[in-house]
Amino acid sequence: MNNAIEVRGLNKFYGQYHALKNIDFSVAEKERVVICGPSGSGKSSLIRCINQLEKHDSGDIEVSGIQLDDNVRNLDAVRREAGMVFQHFNLFPHLSVLENCALPQILSRKTPRRQAEARAGEFLDRVHILDQAAKFPGQLSGGQQQRVAIARALCMRPKVMLFDEPTSALDPEMIREVLDVMVTLAEEGMTMVVVTHEMGFARQVADRVVYMEAGMVVETASPEQFFTAARNERSQRFLSKLVTT
Amino acid sequence: MANAATPPSGEKPVARLVKLLFGDPLAAALTLLSAVLILALLPLVQWAFVDAHWTVAAPEDCRAGGACWAFIGAKLRLILFGLYPPQSQWRALTVIALLLTLVLLSLSPRVWGARLLGIWTLGLVVMLLLMRGGLFGLNYVPTSKWGGLPVTLLLAVISLGLAFPFAVLLALGRRSKLPVARGVSVFLIEVVRGLPLVGLLFVAAILLPLFLPPDWTIDKLGRTVAALTIFAAAYLAEVIRGGLQGLPSGQIEASQALGIPYWRMVWHIILPQAVQKVIPPLTNTAIVMVKNTSLVLIVGVFDMLSAARSAATDPMWPAPSKEAYLFVALIYFVICFAIARYSRHLEMGVKARNRT
Repeated sequence: MNNAIEVRGLNKFYGQYHALKNIDFSVAEKERVVICGPSGSGKSSLIRCINQLEKHDSGDIEVSGIQLDDNVRNLDAVRREAGMVFQHFNLFPHLSVLENCALPQILSRKTPRRQAEARAGEFLDRVHILDQAAKFPGQLSGGQQQRVAIARALCMRPKVMLFDEPTSALDPEMIREVLDVMVTLAEEGMTMVVVTHEMGFARQVADRVVYMEAGMVVETASPEQFFTAARNERSQRFLSKLVTT
Repeated sequence: MANAATPPSGEKPVARLVKLLFGDPLAAALTLLSAVLILALLPLVQWAFVDAHWTVAAPEDCRAGGACWAFIGAKLRLILFGLYPPQSQWRALTVIALLLTLVLLSLSPRVWGARLLGIWTLGLVVMLLLMRGGLFGLNYVPTSKWGGLPVTLLLAVISLGLAFPFAVLLALGRRSKLPVARGVSVFLIEVVRGLPLVGLLFVAAILLPLFLPPDWTIDKLGRTVAALTIFAAAYLAEVIRGGLQGLPSGQIEASQALGIPYWRMVWHIILPQAVQKVIPPLTNTAIVMVKNTSLVLIVGVFDMLSAARSAATDPMWPAPSKEAYLFVALIYFVICFAIARYSRHLEMGVKARNRT
């Protein structure tokens, strides 16, 4: 077994509320998985458990063969393996765009500054925003900020990229530029887990679509199968709503 | 109401002025009030400038009325340096110059960082050694002989500088999930804020030595610094906590997801943003602390205000305390006003950064 992510029997509670119910979930290396489902279905909680922004209550999580346990070293190692892109970008507003990408490398990987800045420039170029490197996040549009956030995560050389609704906070005209960057990333063979409502993106790049509802994985299927002949009645209902709205 | 309809350009200048000054009851009242104030200030101007004695041959020449600025000239060394030995006062002057240089070097936020912090630490150690002497052939001056402006400046800078890291710990502790850390922080902050600074200074300077074993002698100036530090830390902690509260949780999540270790996150990500949000109240605390240093005179530390007081008691001069206090007030004002202007400048920088 050479899975990038392996989740077994995952349970997560918020107080009394059972947010994730006995989830089994795995992602092979170089696989692109899209997780969809209605809000409150637990899809964000699931990927936030993978890099432990949320603590899970029971179950096993393994990233690149590193088992998440109480050992802090393993937690740090998992966070280095898994890059994350957030719905609200979460760029550091007091740092320039270049520094947003360079400083985290210096702080968490102890990369020498010169090398960190060179790599930051390289990845900013890959997301087509190198010309804005000296600006501050507050001076950029949402789409530009999200591309910087992707570059920042890539600078850490992650093996897996986790996307938590990366286009949900964007104005419609900016969604395309972010999705384009993600498509390119997928074509380059990055292992990706994407929580999104962008079904076009799922159709275009996903190897697998995972449908979640009420804290459970309801259906896992290839995109063609999921969009044309979803087996589960609940996923059918979800898809029909997407078409009508 | 009739003349409100006519366009202002059609009015004569005099009529416009009259309307501006007495156009409505509020304007008229303010005009009258200003006139009374100006008239009241005239004697002060007369005293401070017209009748003033700038240079006198002998102290008695000042008896004629009017401000005796010549007194400031004659007592300048005493006011600025207190009882510091006159032949060594170049050292005290050098300390002031060094401090000003460091301040000027630190103005641009671009140079802020661990290196600057190191330079400041080193600089302050050099300043303290220079004041103290006993090395490199400099004669030893005990802290009881230190005084004047260097003491005021060093007290303010050192107590604020030492207070800052404690304040950060207290602020983080107060927001901590650990009940013990939170409890201890809340307790310390509230106890210190509930005490008057004068009381803290008394405890540190006078009561503390009574409880310590007699062979434990901690320098009085050192104990004063400790009291000021504790006081400043409690207030700064609350200011910094305000900044931490305004910080979106996404900043911490992003740092964690990037694998940035906790204390590095605090130093590089959290604190810069928290401090940026609370520049005005931070400035307020800094200014208050600069002026609070003058309270040390009640425990017998010879700061600038104490020095001015003792200069004013010279029986040779006819009652020069007004001039002495005004002069000291001017120095305090220049320091505090400079801090205020600088903080405005920093705020504008933060604003410019967030503008598209």
